[in-house]
Amino acid sequence: MASHGIEIKNLYKIFGPRGRDYINAVQAGLSKAELNEKHGHVLGLKNINISMPAGGITVVMGLSGSGKSTLIRHINRLIEPTFGEVVYDGLDICAMSDNGLREFRRHKTAMVFQKFALLPHRTVIENTVYGLDIQKKPRSESTKRGRYWIERVGLSGFENHYPNQLSGGMQQRVGLARALTNDADILLMDEAYSALDPLIRVDMQTVLLDLQAELKKTVVFITHDLDEALRLGDKIAILRDGEVIQQGTGQEIVLAPADDYITAFVKEVNRGRVIKAGTVMRPLEGSMDGLRVGTTTTLESAAKEMCEQEQTRALVVDPSGVPIGVLDLQTIVSAMVTPAKTEIPKLAAE
Amino acid sequence: MATCDILPNALCSFPAIGDQYIREARKVIDDGFKGIVREYGFVIDAVTQPLQVFLNSFERLFTGSPWILVLIVMLAIVYAGSRSIKITIGTAMGMCAIGLMGLWNDAMITLAITTVATLIAIVIGIPIGILMARSDRIQGSINPMLDVMQTLPSFVYLIPVVVIFGIGKVPGLIAVVIYAVPPMIRLTNLGIRLVDKEVLEAADAFGSSSSQKLWNVQMPLALPTIMAGINQTIMMSLAMVVVASMVGVGGLGKNTLQAIANQFFTYGFMNGFALVAIAIIFDRTSQAYGKRLQKHSEIVHG
Repeated sequence: MASHGIEIKNLYKIFGPRGRDYINAVQAGLSKAELNEKHGHVLGLKNINISMPAGGITVVMGLSGSGKSTLIRHINRLIEPTFGEVVYDGLDICAMSDNGLREFRRHKTAMVFQKFALLPHRTVIENTVYGLDIQKKPRSESTKRGRYWIERVGLSGFENHYPNQLSGGMQQRVGLARALTNDADILLMDEAYSALDPLIRVDMQTVLLDLQAELKKTVVFITHDLDEALRLGDKIAILRDGEVIQQGTGQEIVLAPADDYITAFVKEVNRGRVIKAGTVMRPLEGSMDGLRVGTTTTLESAAKEMCEQEQTRALVVDPSGVPIGVLDLQTIVSAMVTPAKTEIPKLAAE
Repeated sequence: MATCDILPNALCSFPAIGDQYIREARKVIDDGFKGIVREYGFVIDAVTQPLQVFLNSFERLFTGSPWILVLIVMLAIVYAGSRSIKITIGTAMGMCAIGLMGLWNDAMITLAITTVATLIAIVIGIPIGILMARSDRIQGSINPMLDVMQTLPSFVYLIPVVVIFGIGKVPGLIAVVIYAVPPMIRLTNLGIRLVDKEVLEAADAFGSSSSQKLWNVQMPLALPTIMAGINQTIMMSLAMVVVASMVGVGGLGKNTLQAIANQFFTYGFMNGFALVAIAIIFDRTSQAYGKRLQKHSEIVHG
């Protein structure tokens, strides 16, 4: 199945009985606080423009109340937008008819929820084939597909357990299997791992990354955890008070935070896992030999390799193997400890 | 009374409307009512006819079959519902005691009308409950009616029923159903409304139509509450079957009524025992069944 990206254009959401009436005022610059104070309506999303790449993981990050869960619910229209477009494969989801929307949800999207939202009266396998039941697929076929995905998320042997008998991490595996069994192009993950404890969360992130490497779905992942965002996101959009304050790759955000708010966020990040060799390498000085690392190798793994080989320098090579720069331990260490400066290293390697 | 000496008469004994007026008002209302009932007799007959057939066929089935067959079927149902040997043996003992006291036939009549009333209450109650759960406006308009139905003392029910439908088994059945249906409606509504919003959102996200949502999510998750409603409905119809003996429903209730009127202590006691036994059988079986439906929520990870 060819993937398509999702384009969110000028999206606004005003919560309240007469949200539409205030859209012009908000577009003209009425602030969230003023709207709430004067009119008793809540501005959920303000002028969101995000282009979510096909076949990649887009992470929407923000703290609670930033509007991230509202945003993801616009992609399958669980929440009606006040203004704007969400375009997928040339179709505006916000303009779909009830029937069209139902078909879109059945065949194009699948969702994983923070609190799992499994059906307690159905067993693991019955939960997994839920989406196919809705599509009225025969059980003989859907059970086969369901079993495959249960195995892929590592739950073999638990097919006939009820959700209540499973731990949180296992329940979320069921949630993931249920979404994958749907075989939809878009995978929406609403704080899918936020309710899990840290080790299991990392484990589940690995599960997602492994599957994604093979499936190439268009994934939208919501989180409040920057580390999670940086680990998973091909693209990250940071939301605050219903507005996108920065979007870009993890490296761009860590190296060039748009404002103090994001600066405060990225301060605690392990930069060695985000910044890539190609970003901080120095120009070649004559011809050299030795250890070679790719431009997209993270500093941490480059450093690890250099230590293992007892080298202090490494050549950075482009995908075709041609050396284009040089990296030494000094550069790596200073890039890993230096807080972001105004000077932005070239990002052309991306 | 001493105080009446100093008070004017109107403040002392309540000034009732004259007998004359009441008599006339009564005449007008009664005649009007009778006129309406006579006028629309065919409508009333058309409504009660199927009930009559339904009730009679059940009664014939229960009283006409050999007792051993009825007992075996009953025990099979009790066991299938409760999966409990204890309840099944208790049922066998209770029913045998009823038979030994010579009340088998009356017990079958009571059982038949209770079964029919419960079935009708379920068939009426669940759809109304579903409608109420779907719309706040419908809930707002039905709730006051249910309040009235539940606050009216059971004797008061019998008045309009008798006036409109007359005396007999079917009017009794109608009174029982009216009395027994409110918990069915209320608990269906409540059960559906209590379904977890997150699970409903998930159902929406996977593209459920509203009927798929109802049958795949709402009804199964509301089922324990609905079962509690069915249990209540059975208990209330059994209670009302006894009261409805005053308008001509036969069975154990009629015997109890006679025993009260004539101070037959032993006879009354035996009939009372039979009713209690039937009530316990119904209650245990339906509760055990309801609990079994919730099995999935009882085994908890730990």
